[in-house]
Amino acid sequence: MTIPTRRRLLMTLPVAGAGLAGFGCWKMLSSMQDGSFDPRAIHREITGTKVPKFSLPGLDGQKDGFDAETLRKSAKPVLVNFFASWCIPCVTEMAALRSIAPQIPLWGIAYKDKPDDVRHFITRDGSPYARVALDEDGMTAINWGVSGVPESFLILPGGRIAWHGASALDETLFRREILPLATATP
Amino acid sequence: MNRALQLGLAFFCFGITTPVALALDDPSEMLPNQAQEKRAELLGARLRCLVCQNESIEDSSASLARDLRHVVRQHVAAGESDRQIMDWMTQRYGEFIRLQPRFSFATMILWTTPLLALVTGIFLAGRMLRRTGEAIPLSEAEQRRLAELLGNREKRE
Repeated sequence: MTIPTRRRLLMTLPVAGAGLAGFGCWKMLSSMQDGSFDPRAIHREITGTKVPKFSLPGLDGQKDGFDAETLRKSAKPVLVNFFASWCIPCVTEMAALRSIAPQIPLWGIAYKDKPDDVRHFITRDGSPYARVALDEDGMTAINWGVSGVPESFLILPGGRIAWHGASALDETLFRREILPLATATP
Repeated sequence: MNRALQLGLAFFCFGITTPVALALDDPSEMLPNQAQEKRAELLGARLRCLVCQNESIEDSSASLARDLRHVVRQHVAAGESDRQIMDWMTQRYGEFIRLQPRFSFATMILWTTPLLALVTGIFLAGRMLRRTGEAIPLSEAEQRRLAELLGNREKRE
């Protein structure tokens, strides 16, 4: 009588294993579906990180470029947006940036782009940026930890990075995540 | 007509220059020092390309990967240690950029599973092997039945 029971017990092990694996897969796929899990997301710890050293030229006709020092000395929190004229999500992000710009100082860094293309891109419908800098070789972006455009960073006075987003900004995201952090600092 | 000619010329030039540009991509970036170049390649193989995510930056042809290869070589040429360079990358792109995650609380199960599986397997196999040949003791009812049968045979003899 003991042998069949033990056999049954041994059978439950693989069955339970397969069941657990199935549950895991279902859980993963369903959270990928509703957007709460992204296997491609780059989870980066930003707490305590500061703006890296950099100095970038500006664009003729627009204001001067800027450097880490200017960002650190800003009295208000600054939203830094990496963009490029060749990037499609950046084109769609432009409309949102225009509605965000009046609420926070928005500074742009053009990633791997030609000055003429940048000028055309941002002035076509009115530039949302208070300042624009050119990162033509993309090395500054790498130092910031940018993996693609558009990406945005919230920089608090003193140069601390308070928020980093690796997707196109929109009004909802801005109000939910960035604005509370920006207004919390005096 | 003029426009068509321009387009044609543009495509012609593009067709000619593209392979040249791609070919230049690699050798010109290599470090002159062989040992340093080898180190840079090994480091690159351990870093994830964040565009084509299951490729290393050494394998990927994405422009970000090319830039990261360049950065790795800059750091190697500046005399930084492997650890310093990996840390520099991790600070900027998180643990995700390491194709091989470090041992930490979060990755404990990941790293210890093979060892746990081996130990459990040996333990189970050991128990099963020891069991073979060992007879299962008879229950009281069975012993009575056995005694009965043996008793009957003795009587008949």
